[in-house]
Amino acid sequence: MAADARSAARLGLWLLLAPALLWLVGLIVLPHVDLAILSLRARVAPRVYEPSLKQYLTFFDEPLYWHTFVRTALMSIVATALTLLLAFPVAWTIAKIARGHARSLLFMACLIPFWVSETVRTLGWMILLRESGVLPALLVRLGLTAQPVELLYHDATLLVGLVYTSMLFMVVPLIGALDTLDDALIEAAYDLGGNGFDILRRIVIPHAAPGIVAGCIVVFMLTLGNYLTPTLLGGKNSLWFTEQIYTQFITRFNWEQGAAFGFLLLGLSTLIVWAGLKLSGQRFGDVMRRG
Amino acid sequence: MTASPGASAAADLEVDRVAKRFGGHVAVEALSFDVAHGSFFSILGPSGCGKTTLLRMIAGFIAPDAGDIRIGGRSMAGVAPNRRPVNMVFQHLALFPMMSVGENVGYGLARRGLPRGEIGRKVGEMLERVGLAGAQSKRVDQLSGGQKQRVAIARSLVLEPTLLLLDEPLGALDLKLREHMKIELKQLQAAFGTTFVYITHDQSEALVLSDRVAVMNAGRFEQVDTPQALYYEPRTPFVAGFVGANNRFAGRADRVDGELVALTTAQGLVLHARRIGTVTAGDAVEAYVRPEVATIARDAAELPADQPRLGGAVQSLLFDGANSAVLLREAGSGAELRIALPQTGRYADLRVGETVAFGFDPRRATCFAAPAARPHGG
Repeated sequence: MAADARSAARLGLWLLLAPALLWLVGLIVLPHVDLAILSLRARVAPRVYEPSLKQYLTFFDEPLYWHTFVRTALMSIVATALTLLLAFPVAWTIAKIARGHARSLLFMACLIPFWVSETVRTLGWMILLRESGVLPALLVRLGLTAQPVELLYHDATLLVGLVYTSMLFMVVPLIGALDTLDDALIEAAYDLGGNGFDILRRIVIPHAAPGIVAGCIVVFMLTLGNYLTPTLLGGKNSLWFTEQIYTQFITRFNWEQGAAFGFLLLGLSTLIVWAGLKLSGQRFGDVMRRG
Repeated sequence: MTASPGASAAADLEVDRVAKRFGGHVAVEALSFDVAHGSFFSILGPSGCGKTTLLRMIAGFIAPDAGDIRIGGRSMAGVAPNRRPVNMVFQHLALFPMMSVGENVGYGLARRGLPRGEIGRKVGEMLERVGLAGAQSKRVDQLSGGQKQRVAIARSLVLEPTLLLLDEPLGALDLKLREHMKIELKQLQAAFGTTFVYITHDQSEALVLSDRVAVMNAGRFEQVDTPQALYYEPRTPFVAGFVGANNRFAGRADRVDGELVALTTAQGLVLHARRIGTVTAGDAVEAYVRPEVATIARDAAELPADQPRLGGAVQSLLFDGANSAVLLREAGSGAELRIALPQTGRYADLRVGETVAFGFDPRRATCFAAPAARPHGG
């Protein structure tokens, strides 16, 4: 009887895990295996392929590709840092200063923009920033510029868009981390002679570190893999690596090259997240649990 | 704010007509008191009496609405908490979990910009004095409750403050450890000689630890005195009811005979008690009889002849070792009162329902004019 109960429990466990496993294996593992095989072959004649590292070599031979690659990585790091700087005061206000009703209102104010799809939000920025848009017209009206300036298609515009898109994903883990910080610790540090900066450095940041790192990982990955915002706000002046992948798959119909680029991007994000964890002295498990 | 002329030179803390209100609620009502150098001063009161607000004003976390606080003779108006010669031991200690014991104790010294070597030396000395020599590299969560307490005190005392404020630091500990820490705290204060200001709602902590105790109620001090005086000479009914166990009887004064008042309670019990303050015949009064003041006997003849004798039936037995008592119902009026059992164990065989005689010395019971409709606990 006991054996029956145990096998029934095991069956139940498998049934509960089935959707997650199907999703993992069917939509993530299998396509990646297929893409890995694709990326490691080269076309020698119509419908004739042979194993080759050509796709990866092309990446290093063609400066445009790896320039875009490095640029995407650096811009993503800058965007993540800016998001952290902007989100921290917001999270601090919500977690430590606002009380009761004001607290939920502020949190809603952070959340509401995300009810609108990313496309619409990005198009909103275009209406504000394009040459015939609201902000350039305002600058002319105020006499700051002689004629409307094009504010779209700059790196700075791209950063604005990326930070805006990522804010919520940084604010939420930060609120979680700051909420658990006992106010008495801050008061005690203040009482013992600490000043604001010092308390931030010695008490608040060490306590919130898992939340900070979790937010940074999420924002960095979202930014690195973002396609819409760089395409719409960065235009042709501000290339993003995801655009290169898209071009290979869709425009050039060169799936082998696109797959290789995909794996390079995966390797890059893994490397940078690993380096970030090493630098901040956090463990991935802790970050995912507490963040 | 000018210095009040009556302030004594030796006072480490002078509180001068300090008041604080939150919205319409008066938290602290124009309080003035001094704490002498090197003394252990407690503020005892029920929760919500304003003692935490008062302490936080001294620490600098809240600014008073009126009045002045002087520490070591210097006015603290506009001085931030991190610039006051005051340190605080928090209710839940607030040790920094992200730092080692040594870093916790050295935190304040590092903020003062002391060289690393000197910090290390001072931290070592301080940990040794509180009996935690060599604990520098331990993590905070490796310590026991009592050790954490000592680290919290060491962290403050290493800065050599004029005043150490303690916000019910024993509240979170279990009973056994609390008793132990009480003694330890008193010894630490004696060893360091620092002026301690301690707030608590636990009267036993206040009585055991303090040189002087202020009993606080509804934003005001009812009485500031030595623990002995508070216990034996309460000046207000609130103090009589709050400090130590007491039997309270509300009634009307029949006769005032010099120091003694004869009163009849609402239930018809006739009592005699010593008058505190002015009481005139016909006044509404409150009388307090401590459980240990009354004596019981199976045979009424055993009671002192000069004391009024009463009788009653045992309602319940409250055995608590040396603090054992019985709950009696007085035969005539049905009034309930608690009487301590002699520590000789003579009446250990008392049974519920048994009738006994009891009496007390009226000069050791207290009688106050009933307070005019002011809310009070007790």
